[in-house]
Amino acid sequence: MTTVRSILWVAVAVALAVFIWLNVWLDSGQHAIDDSSNGPTSAVSPTFSLTDQLGNFVTEQAYRGEWLLVFFGFTNCPDICPTTLAELAQVMEGLGTNAESVTPLFISIDPSRDRPKTMAEYVIAFHSTIVGLTGTAAQISAAVGSFKAYFEKRPLASVPDGYTMGHTSAVYLISPTGAFVRTYSYGTPAEEIVTDLQQRL
Amino acid sequence: MIRVLPRILVSFVFLIAATTASAEQVRGGDLVVEMPWARASIGTSRPAAAYLTIKNEGLSADTLLGVKTDAAATPEVHKMEMRDGIANMGPAGPVEVPAQGIVTLAPGGMHVMLRNLNHPLKKGEYFSMTLIFEKEGQINIVVPIYSIGASGPDE
Repeated sequence: MTTVRSILWVAVAVALAVFIWLNVWLDSGQHAIDDSSNGPTSAVSPTFSLTDQLGNFVTEQAYRGEWLLVFFGFTNCPDICPTTLAELAQVMEGLGTNAESVTPLFISIDPSRDRPKTMAEYVIAFHSTIVGLTGTAAQISAAVGSFKAYFEKRPLASVPDGYTMGHTSAVYLISPTGAFVRTYSYGTPAEEIVTDLQQRL
Repeated sequence: MIRVLPRILVSFVFLIAATTASAEQVRGGDLVVEMPWARASIGTSRPAAAYLTIKNEGLSADTLLGVKTDAAATPEVHKMEMRDGIANMGPAGPVEVPAQGIVTLAPGGMHVMLRNLNHPLKKGEYFSMTLIFEKEGQINIVVPIYSIGASGPDE
């Protein structure tokens, strides 16, 4: 009888352990999913060494004291990039005088085609405040990596030069101290970004 | 003057066609194409994009097979795919317009990619485009060009 009872107690203990383990495991799994859906986390520590559209070599230090809206793209991109840059232009207009403390950065992930001169003629078409940054392939990889962003070169016969670029489509908000604050996912209306920024500035 | 006259006349006729066609819908059988627009381009080296809406008022589906335009040598319907926040572009292939359905080509979704532009797309101008459908055949539309910073047909 006592053996039966101890076996039962062991079974209860095992069940309890499995229950706790499952809960912890599922819980941590849930966190992992949450983290990925929120995109970048505090692990993002943006650094870069790139060249702006005027040919100046710049690092993230050049923009300390300013809020940054950072977007990765390429000038041969016909859809997402002009849409987002147009939206950033609307944000800058919507901010009014507060726009002085905000700088939008458009970082090219297509260094072989996007030279500073290319970036210059591109960004000015959207807004005078947008800074276009490019660099060597290594400099761009390092910059993208520091934002925990992503890009890839994909063959595509129907576009110029036979390739297109896949890239992170969100806009990153960086604080005046250089800290990552949040991302705005693709398609966030300009008014929403303006309202969010006005509360922070 | 005599030599220029036909050209002026042609552009005048084209302008009238442009304003009427873009202001109204263009109908071909059960299909209605409306609100076409394109963004201005910087030069001709980079691909541009055009957008529009196709309504099918009929009881059977039709399929958009391709596009022709005098604005670009190789136009193609492309779609943007968003996966985990990563945007990737590729050919859309044939696009089905379901019976009683609407297909919208809009920023962040599908667009007509205009590769090898024959001339820069200038704000305020128009270009013609032909949509080729499996059943309905060809529908000709006129696409107004908005600013490079435009984000929709109501600019």
